[in-house]
Amino acid sequence: MLQVKALNKRFASTHAVKEVSLEIAKGEMVGVIGSSGAGKSTMLRLLNRLIEPSSGQVIFDGRDITALKGKELRHWRAQCAMIFQQFNLVPRLDVLTNVLLGRVSYNPTLPMMIRHFSASDRALAAQALERVNLLPQALQRADTLSGGQQQRVAIARALIQQPQIILADEPIASLDPRNAQMVMDSLREINQRDGLTVLCNLHTLDTAKHYCDRIVAMQHGAVVFNGSPEQLDSKTIRAIYGGQSDAQDLIEGITSTSLTAKVAVPA
Amino acid sequence: MNTLNSYPAHWQRHSSARRLASFMGYLALVSLFVYCWQLMTADTMWVFVLDAPQAAQDLASRAWPPRWSYMERLWSPLWDTLNIATLGTLLGIVLAVPMAFLAARNTSPIPWLTRPLALVIIVASRSINSLIWALLLVSILGPGLLAGILAIALRSIGFIGKLLYEAIEEVDQKQVEAIRATGASGLQVLNYAIVPQVLPSFLSISVFRWDINIRESTILGLVGAGGIGAQLMASMNVLAWPQVTLIVLVILLTVVFSEWVSAKVRRAII
Ligand SMILES: Nc1ncnc2c1ncn2[C@@H]1O[C@H](COP(=O)(O)OP(=O)(O)OP(=O)(O)O)[C@@H](O)[C@H]1O
Ligand SMILES: [Mg+2]
Repeated sequence: MLQVKALNKRFASTHAVKEVSLEIAKGEMVGVIGSSGAGKSTMLRLLNRLIEPSSGQVIFDGRDITALKGKELRHWRAQCAMIFQQFNLVPRLDVLTNVLLGRVSYNPTLPMMIRHFSASDRALAAQALERVNLLPQALQRADTLSGGQQQRVAIARALIQQPQIILADEPIASLDPRNAQMVMDSLREINQRDGLTVLCNLHTLDTAKHYCDRIVAMQHGAVVFNGSPEQLDSKTIRAIYGGQSDAQDLIEGITSTSLTAKVAVPA
Repeated sequence: MNTLNSYPAHWQRHSSARRLASFMGYLALVSLFVYCWQLMTADTMWVFVLDAPQAAQDLASRAWPPRWSYMERLWSPLWDTLNIATLGTLLGIVLAVPMAFLAARNTSPIPWLTRPLALVIIVASRSINSLIWALLLVSILGPGLLAGILAIALRSIGFIGKLLYEAIEEVDQKQVEAIRATGASGLQVLNYAIVPQVLPSFLSISVFRWDINIRESTILGLVGAGGIGAQLMASMNVLAWPQVTLIVLVILLTVVFSEWVSAKVRRAII
């Protein structure tokens, strides 16, 4: 179980994450929503300590993550794989090597300098690529793939970290609806079949409603809603996205790139 | 509130202060030019200048044709020149690469200490010309190839170091973040996120510097640091103009060749 306790992050002039407390059970798929600048990305990066919190704690299975250092910290980062909006592959390396990068932290530094990976690591990478249907592209350079394919490579890279948690920061924001759906489907499939906890920043509301067990909404750095998709009514939504009187337009704007037209937002 | 009416009727690209400033700039430039012209003409002996076409013709007639047979004495210094440039560049690379990583904001291990240190070394190396490095080294090590190689290497540290550290600072941070997020160590991040990104620039900078070094090493012989420059010096001292012509031709061909190689290699990389 992942526990976040009174987590704060201040940048020079902004209080990006304010007193955030959350509990996320093993195997849950949680969607984090909120308007731009609400602090979603910052919160995710605090969890794997790509950035340091100003105060507060992150606890995983009783272990204080905020206190980890050196090797232990790197081990924790391997445990919670991250997926990014811009995929963040190394474009000049081939797809297979990009996936293998997920194993780097499990290996000593020196053999890694000559990019030598063990047979078992390669087998894992091949399996992961198979799973996201990209095995045939394994030896292509990463920048020759389409956006949707690149994001699936990133998922494969995350998978071979053999993580407990997947943190996804707007994984579908740069994809067309079809590819977005493929990516969300594979995240959900990984969540359900492997029992991995998935924490996913999303900016389309009904994607979050459709795929996630639970929704957390942030505004100005604070959590303003934490509950099941059904509990998220239009009044709450209006509050989250700014509370303007013409929030309906706004909501339509937000949901216009929706993957499933089924879940409409009541007026 | 801003309304349309509050804008001036005539659109001007720059404010009047801006235009005054640029006019003053032009004025300063023109004055500088006039001043320099006066300075130049003050110390010129016009008799010699008027005489110049004749003197040049005279020299040309004595320098032509080149003394082709002298070529057999040039192969060895030419080979030395290429070696000075190539070994000097290689040594320069070996020394410059760590400097670049120490100097780049995003890879410097102890920024407040290692950055200024590396930057000082880079600036020092850049601000001293190869010929001056060679002069210094010849007086320390005595004349010969070694002084030439070291002079080229010392000058190259600054050039390669500066361009490379700028390339390192411009790497795409997204890849760096992604590799860091897998739990990779600092060296692993360097190896997988930064090295692949700067490799093309690194190769092209190195080849470019090699090309420059070929040119520079042809004159190092003038101060005794080995190579074809020594022959040039000796021939000029005894007024053996046909030999000078041949040497200049050989240098020209070598430089053209190195530029061709460098252009080819860089095109292949990009
Ligand atoms: N490195 C930083 N330095 C200073 N301020 C930052 C930094 N990173 C984020 N911020 C600020 O923190 C706030 C939250 O940013 P964050 O990126 O977490 O928002 P977000 O919810 O992910 O928004 P988006 O939907 O646009 O991605 C913003 O006001 C942002 O300007
Ligand atoms: Mg964000």
